This record gives sequence, structure tokens and C-alpha cells, in this order.
Amino acid sequence: MSFLSRDPTIAPAGYSRWLIPPAALCVHLCIGEAYAFSVFNLPMTKLLGITQSAPDDWKLTDLGWIFSIAIFFLGASAAVLGRWVEEGGPRRAMFTAAICFGSGFMVSAVGISMHALWLVYLGYGVIGGIGLGIGYISPVSTLIKWFPDKPGMATGMAIMGFGGAALVASPASVWLMSYFNTPSHIGVAETFVTLGVVYFCFMMVGAWLVRVPADGWKPEGFVAPVQAQKLITTSNVYVYEALKTPQFWLIWCVLCLNVTAGIGVLGQASAMSQEMFPGKVTPLAAAGFVGLMALFNMAGRFFWASTSDYIGRKNTYFCFFVLGAILYAIVPYTGSIGSVVAFVCAYAVIFSMYGGGFATVPAYLRDMFGTRYVGAIHGMLITAWSMAGIFGPVLVNYIRQYQLDHGVASAQAYNVSMYVMAGLLVVGFFCNLAVKAVDARHHMAARNLDLAA
Amino acid sequence: MEQAAQAASGNGLKLTLAWAFVGIPLTWGVIQTCINALQLFK
Repeated sequence: MSFLSRDPTIAPAGYSRWLIPPAALCVHLCIGEAYAFSVFNLPMTKLLGITQSAPDDWKLTDLGWIFSIAIFFLGASAAVLGRWVEEGGPRRAMFTAAICFGSGFMVSAVGISMHALWLVYLGYGVIGGIGLGIGYISPVSTLIKWFPDKPGMATGMAIMGFGGAALVASPASVWLMSYFNTPSHIGVAETFVTLGVVYFCFMMVGAWLVRVPADGWKPEGFVAPVQAQKLITTSNVYVYEALKTPQFWLIWCVLCLNVTAGIGVLGQASAMSQEMFPGKVTPLAAAGFVGLMALFNMAGRFFWASTSDYIGRKNTYFCFFVLGAILYAIVPYTGSIGSVVAFVCAYAVIFSMYGGGFATVPAYLRDMFGTRYVGAIHGMLITAWSMAGIFGPVLVNYIRQYQLDHGVASAQAYNVSMYVMAGLLVVGFFCNLAVKAVDARHHMAARNLDLAA
Repeated sequence: MEQAAQAASGNGLKLTLAWAFVGIPLTWGVIQTCINALQLFK
């Protein structure tokens, strides 16, 4: 399988580095479909009853586990396989991700046809989740190597695809389901097969297109800094050595807190907008609100990561935590004055920073731990996302329910949640403040670097 | 040098196709989202 090994992926002289972001986008635009998975939930509760749920049909609570399992395996596979991805090169990783993600849909389609939920858990949750994890980290270090002058912008472009994928997947999935739908059959299985094939092919284009730069390559006119700047190292830290540094765990907390604040609201965005503005925001308008937030989530990934190349990663996260805490604290006020516009504007900025947090972190890690193992270290950091995926929704949902149980009106039931989210961001601010340069004793010696290479 | 020149000359078409390949579906998704989002302000 020489096509998959690292050597054939070394770029020939003259190869444009601007071909790497579309290669990365081919993968991220597919795996980001996970954010749109909820469009299948309702149809999958009517697979037997067709027009309405039959007693033996799957319940929404059971279906919710599919996404949770996928996100768990995303984090686990990124953490466990990060070094394998780093050492085997991006093509092998993208190919593996394409196989896993595509076959995850196929296995799930079989599960839907047989009405066996465990097969859907195994397919989309486990196999697809592993594809998500490998695919997510596969282009990161390659992009950083191609764009040493703009690492934030480069990784921002790829991770923007993950945020934007739902914008494509959501309407496309709805259209496919309506295409395959018949009066006696809900076309979810056929939609899964189609998506599996299309996503596999799309991701393979990325695997074919991706290249790693030749040793010693640098962009024209770029002069690598010889001396480390205050928060940007010129050394490298070995992947497992990074775990022994406080910087890794501080950045882990920074990501976890930033994501917890966003992801908790993301899952409730539709219901929250309708409950906070009863009579003003209809279900259709709420769907528009969710879409708009996805748009800002995507745009924020590119905007904030690119901005971090100019103002620094630490300052970028300071913006997230200060601005985010203020905006979360303001949201209940927008509800009390009944201003939908102010509510939407506040959340637009909040979700741009939620996405920005994901997109800026690879460059933050590069600054702290060097380029050599940044992909593998990023893989281990993704566990923060998995944790946030559990904490965020649980916090928002339980606090809301507690408020309702204690007689608070539904329009005000989210207020405490918003203040808690603001508090989490204040904690994140102090974690970010504590990030200092990695101690030199953790750096790899030049000899070890050669051996590792 | 010759190889580099050849690679560079083929880059223009490759770049256009690669960016169109990812840009077209993404643009379609953004347009669909904006159309739906208009409901929010009606």
C-alpha cells in the first residue's frame, strides 16, 4: 500500500501549499456531519409506525446515545491514535477516517433495516466515531507545517469545515430522506447508504490531494525565528512528555470550559429561543436561529484563528473569556426587554467564539509544544471536548429543569444557566492567565528528535 | 527546476478545481441557512 505511506505524499518542488486547505476541508466537511445528526432522530422514532411512533419504535432518549457514543469515540480515538496519525502521515489517516466514517453509515443502514439499535450504536457511534477522531486530527500538523507563518489561519480553515458541515448535511439529509420516503417506508436507511458512499468518495479526494512538505521546506520569504519568543517555542516536546506539563492541562481546561459553555446552549438553542420569547419566535424562526448560530460557529473558526496569528493565542482566549462572560450575563436581560435582535447578536458572537476556541487551540499547542508532535498532542486534548459534551448539556438541562420545578416561568428558566456559563468562562480566564512557556527540561534534545523522525 | 516549473504551471487549474470542490457545497449550505434564518426576522 505505497499510496498510503508517507513517502509518496512528500510534495514535489513547486507544489502549491494552498492545495492543502481544500484537502483538509474534504475531510472536515464530511465528518462535521455529526453536528447535523439530530435531523435523523425524529424519523428514526417512526421507522415502524411510519406516520407516528409505534410501541416498538425507538425512543428519542435511546437515539440520543448515538451522538454521545460518536463524540466519546471521537475523543478516545483522537487521544489513543494521535501518535499513529502523526507518524504515518496525513494520507493514511484520511484514508482510514474515510473507511471508518463511510462504513459507519453502512453498518448503521443495516441496523436501521433490521431495526437493531445496537448496530446503529456500533456503526455510527463506534466505527463512525473512530473515523471522526482520526479525521479531525489528520490534517492539523500537516497544515501547521505548510503554514508556519499563519498556523492559526491554516488550521482555522480546516476546522471551519467541521463547523460548516452541518449547513450542508442538514438540508441534504432532509432532501434525501424525502426522496427515499414512500407511504409505507421511511427512507433513513437509503439516506445513510447514500451519505456513506458520498462521504467516502469526498474524503478520498482529500486523501489523494494531501501532501506533506519536503524536509527543510519553508514558504518563500519566510524566516523562521531562531530564538523562542515569550510564548512561542522553537523546540519540540514529545507527545507523552506534554502530558507531564501544567501547560497541557491548563489548555485542556481552557478548551473544556470554552466548549462546555457553548455546547450546553447549542443543544437547547431552538427550545431556548422559543421559551425566552414566547409568541415572538416560532418553531420555524427557531430553526433559522439554530442555522444562523451554525453559520457564526463556522465563521468564528476562521476569523478568530486567523486573528490569533496577529494578537497571539493567549490574547485570543482572553477575548473569548472576557467577552463571553459579559455576553452570557447580558442574555437574560435581552429576554427581559423582549429584544430578539439583541439576543441573536449576543449569541452570534458567543457561537463565533465557541467555534474559535476549537480552531485556535492547535496553533496554541504548536506555540507551546512545537510542531513535531502537535497532531498527537491535539488528539489527546480532544478529550476535553468529550468531557464538555457531557457537562455542557447536562448543566443547562438540569438547571433549567430545577428552575421549572421551583416555579420559575419558562421564559426565565435559562437565566441561572447563563450566569453559570459566565462563571465557567471566568474560571477559564484564570486557567488561560496561568499559561506560561513550557520549561526547557521538557524539550526534546536534537538527537532524540532525529530518532523520533 | 524543470519539475518545479511543471508543477507550478499545473497548480492553477488544480487549485481552482480543489477550491470549487469544497467551496460549492459549502456555499450552497450557507445560502440555504441564510434563507432559513430570514424567518427569524419576519
